[in-house]
Amino acid sequence: MSLDIQAIRADFPILHQQVHGQPLAYLDNAATTQKPQCVIEAVRQYYERDNANVHRGVHALSERATAKYEGAREKVRAFINAASLSEIVFVRGATEAINLVAQSYGRSNLKAGDEILITEMEHHSNIVPWQLLCEQTGAKLKVVPINDDGEISLEDVESRLSKRTKLVAVVHLSNALGTINPVREIIDLAHGQDIPVLLDGAQATAHLAVDVQALDVDFYVMSAHKMLGPTGIGALYAKQELLEAMPPYQGGGDMISMVSFEKSQFAELPYRFEAGTPNIAGVIGFGAAIDYLQKLGLENVAEYEDGLLRYATERAQVFPGLRLIGTARRKASILSFVLEGIHPHDIGTILDRQGVAVRTGHHCAMPVMEHFQVPATVRVSFSVYNTMDEADRLFAALEKVREMFA
Amino acid sequence: MFDLKDLYQEVIVDHNRSPRNFHRMADANRIAEGFNPLCGDRLTLYMRVNDHGAIEDVSFEGSGCAIFTASTSLMTERLKGKTEAEAQSIFNGFHDMAVSDVDAPVDSATMGKLSALAGVREFPSRVKCATLCWHTMTAALANTGETVKTE
Ligand SMILES: Cc1ncc(COP(=O)(O)O)c(C=O)c1O
Repeated sequence: MSLDIQAIRADFPILHQQVHGQPLAYLDNAATTQKPQCVIEAVRQYYERDNANVHRGVHALSERATAKYEGAREKVRAFINAASLSEIVFVRGATEAINLVAQSYGRSNLKAGDEILITEMEHHSNIVPWQLLCEQTGAKLKVVPINDDGEISLEDVESRLSKRTKLVAVVHLSNALGTINPVREIIDLAHGQDIPVLLDGAQATAHLAVDVQALDVDFYVMSAHKMLGPTGIGALYAKQELLEAMPPYQGGGDMISMVSFEKSQFAELPYRFEAGTPNIAGVIGFGAAIDYLQKLGLENVAEYEDGLLRYATERAQVFPGLRLIGTARRKASILSFVLEGIHPHDIGTILDRQGVAVRTGHHCAMPVMEHFQVPATVRVSFSVYNTMDEADRLFAALEKVREMFA
Repeated sequence: MFDLKDLYQEVIVDHNRSPRNFHRMADANRIAEGFNPLCGDRLTLYMRVNDHGAIEDVSFEGSGCAIFTASTSLMTERLKGKTEAEAQSIFNGFHDMAVSDVDAPVDSATMGKLSALAGVREFPSRVKCATLCWHTMTAALANTGETVKTE
């Protein structure tokens, strides 16, 4: 089914503004996406009508708030096809989800000499939590290299798995390169040796349909703000048997069933991992964002965005002096590049003055920059509300950059 | 409306394309490194200061954006022959200009060629690109041996 992009654009109030006297072309969706009216409305309604703490009160507002909060958990479950609601833990975002797994699962399962396998294309949030864990336990980090297209090979994954490997943590869709990793095959390889796998889905969930049961993935992490939802909220999916065996990550209210000074009993799943009053408005907004994406249909979104990416890639390939960073065979949404002799930050400033918002920098993936021997790149990232016309404006603005530095 | 040409003036484009004093200095007696983690701008600044506190020679190596490269190049030109105290005072004037109000007048008589960089005041995220070299200069004169970071 083809989407009505003008109707979709009308759902996003923020898009209809001028920046430096030019219509905004927002092409920085990998950093964070914009929010449709229904998400803004869901958050507003919660504060205007239903605001109360969850799981505690017996009064009407608390019951409404709790119903909406738990309703959103069901939406997340269905969105990634998890088997059970107990497997969906609300957290602040992908970063907190990975830290939770590192500190709870990692600390209780890893010891000196064990290994964690990641890739060279990880976001810092899928590197640093493991480094902290390594310092605490004496485990070691091993890294699967990328090739010059920004891809990893399954042989390189396989050859780095050993009896010492206790966890594999891989990005599903790379924020720096746009690479879609062969996650199904990686999981099969790891499971062949009984090693659990964590997928960093921070970028993937807005562009690819995810089915955690079909993938048989052990941990899957997501951030609402990268999929049309609010900032400061996300989810950890973990298989029930893993979560059950994991010690709590933080202590406090809501995560206990009984407390005395001798000993406390922890609440059932998933509440054991949700200490304290959660980001209720965020969770409700997250649910609304999922409803919106479901209504569009992830297959339709992917198909439309692929068309945009293909068009922009073709134009980029013939743009003088442009070098693409990330040319994997399977890609989504992201076009990262450098222009010969012109620093990405100068490009970013000049594009901004023409109303075109892109990200310039290392994209929290310094090892990727190192691999390609660049200090930074310009990154264009598309969402479903972007248009061919905006892609054309990007390249017209890049022409301006070339003129200024000619 | 603000014109991009106000930021990327001829002088800046020129100094970016062919930075002056862009080389190592074998007999430097003041050396400092500068780093801007946000942009990845990197700088090694070399100075030779004589017994009377006069800066005899300045040069640099490094890589970064056009604002950074041009600012550093212009600074090295400006500092040659100045005393340490004069260098600090030029830095103070430069710093004030870089963070001043967009409408504030620029003292181009004092700033000379450096006033080409006044455009950064429109771009808060780029001020650090223009001032990194000056902070590094201060560290070199103090000879602290520490890498200067802009954050
Ligand atoms: C691939 C990837 N992983 C993890 C993160 C971290 O997400 P958050 O900052 O929402 O926790 C990001 C966000 O930039 C990302 O792109």
